[in-house]
Amino acid sequence: MIVIFGIFLLTLLVITAIAIVRTDNLFVAVMLMGIASLLIAGNFFLLDAADVALTEAAVGAGISTVLFLSALALTSERERSKSSNKILSFTVVATAALVLIYATFDKPRFGDPQAPSQMHVAPWYLEKTPEYIDIPNVVTAVLGSFRGYDTLGEVFVVFTAGIGVLFLLGSGAPLGSLPPEKINEGLRHHLIPRVVGRVLIPFILLFGLYVQFHGEYGPGGGFQAGAIIAAAIILFALLEGEQRAMAVLPTRLLLGLMAFGPLLYVAVGVAGIVLGGNFLDYSVLSSDSVKGQQLGILLIEAGVGITVTGVLLSIFHAFAARGR
Amino acid sequence: MTTLVDILSWVLLTLGGLSVLIGGIGALRMPDLYTRMHAASVTDSMGTILVLLGIMLQAGWSLATIKLIAILLFLLLTGPTSSNALASAALLAGTRPFEEADQDDNEGQE
Repeated sequence: MIVIFGIFLLTLLVITAIAIVRTDNLFVAVMLMGIASLLIAGNFFLLDAADVALTEAAVGAGISTVLFLSALALTSERERSKSSNKILSFTVVATAALVLIYATFDKPRFGDPQAPSQMHVAPWYLEKTPEYIDIPNVVTAVLGSFRGYDTLGEVFVVFTAGIGVLFLLGSGAPLGSLPPEKINEGLRHHLIPRVVGRVLIPFILLFGLYVQFHGEYGPGGGFQAGAIIAAAIILFALLEGEQRAMAVLPTRLLLGLMAFGPLLYVAVGVAGIVLGGNFLDYSVLSSDSVKGQQLGILLIEAGVGITVTGVLLSIFHAFAARGR
Repeated sequence: MTTLVDILSWVLLTLGGLSVLIGGIGALRMPDLYTRMHAASVTDSMGTILVLLGIMLQAGWSLATIKLIAILLFLLLTGPTSSNALASAALLAGTRPFEEADQDDNEGQE
C-alpha cells in the first residue's frame, strides 16, 4: 500500500517537474516548485525520514517559495525567449539522464538490509545512541553530536550564502529616510487576513520553538525551527508592513543573529577543547558525559536555529528593500 | 461498536474525498477565477472537516486526536482566509468577474 502511495506521489512529482519546465510564466513555475517540494516531502515521510520531510516542507515549500516570489517582484513575470540551441541542450540532458539511469542498476534494492549504507556506521549509531547520548531521536544525535563537524559546515554554508545574497542585493535605502507614501503598509487595511494572521502568528512562533527544543525527542531541530520562526515573522511583515517587522527585529540585530549562530556553535566546540576533550566533543561539558552530550546538542541546535532565522529574514528584507 | 465506528469513519472519509473531487472538477470547469475559487475553497473546507473527522474516529481518544483537532482549527482558519486574500488580490489586480455578455471575449484568454 505504501509503495503504491509512493509511486503515486513520485508520478505527480514527475508531472509537476514537466509542467515547471514547460511553463513560461515564472509565477506559475514558482507555485509548482512549492508543490514539487511538498510532494517530495510527502515521499520522504513515507520513507520514514520525518526530519528530512519537515525540513523540505518548511524550507522548500514554505520559505523558498516566499523568497522566489520576492525575487519575482523585482523582475518580470514572463520568461525571456528561450535559447536557440535546443538540440545541444536536449543531448546534454538525455546523456545525463541515461548515465543516471545506468548508475541506478548498481544501487542496492530498496530497503535491502545488506546495503552498504546499512552495514557501515549506521548500526553503531543505533546501538550506541542510547548509551552515549540517551535521546530517542537518533537523527538528532547523529546530526548534532556524531557528525557535528558536518552540521558545523552546513551552518557556515547557510551563513556564507546569507552574506553572499546580502552583498549581491545591497541593503537598500533605510526605512527611516523614505517618504511616507513609499513605506509599504502591507495588508494593514485588509481586515480578514490581518485578524487571522494576528491569531496565528503566536502559535506559529510557539510551534517553531517546539520544533526547536523537541528535536531530541521527535522530528525537528534548528534548521526546521529557524525556517518556521522566519516564516512567522515574514507573515507579520506582509500583514503589518515591513516597518513594523523591522521595529521588532532591526537589520542590525538580524545581522548579529546571523553571525551569533556559527559563533555559538564554534564556542561550544572550543569549550570542549578547553575542558580537556576534542573539538565538538560535548561529553566534557558536564560532569556526567550523557548530560554533557545533551547540553551540547541543545546549544548547537540553538546556534543552528538562530543562524537560519537571521539569514532567512535578512534575505527577505534585502529583497523587499530592493523592490522599493 | 468498533464496526459502527469504522463504518461511520469510512462514510466520512469517502464523503470528504468526494467533496474534494467535486471541488477539483469545479476548479477545472468553472468559467473565471472567482467561480473557480468558490468551487475549490468551499469544498476544500468541507473536505477538510469530513476527512479529519474520519481520521479522528480511527484514532480514538488519543494524543493523535488532539493534534488532528489542532490541524483542523489551523486549516479552518487559514483556508477561507487565503481564499479571501486571493480574491481581493485578484480584484485589486483588475480581474473582472465573468459575465454572460462578454463570454466571447474571455474565451480566448483562458
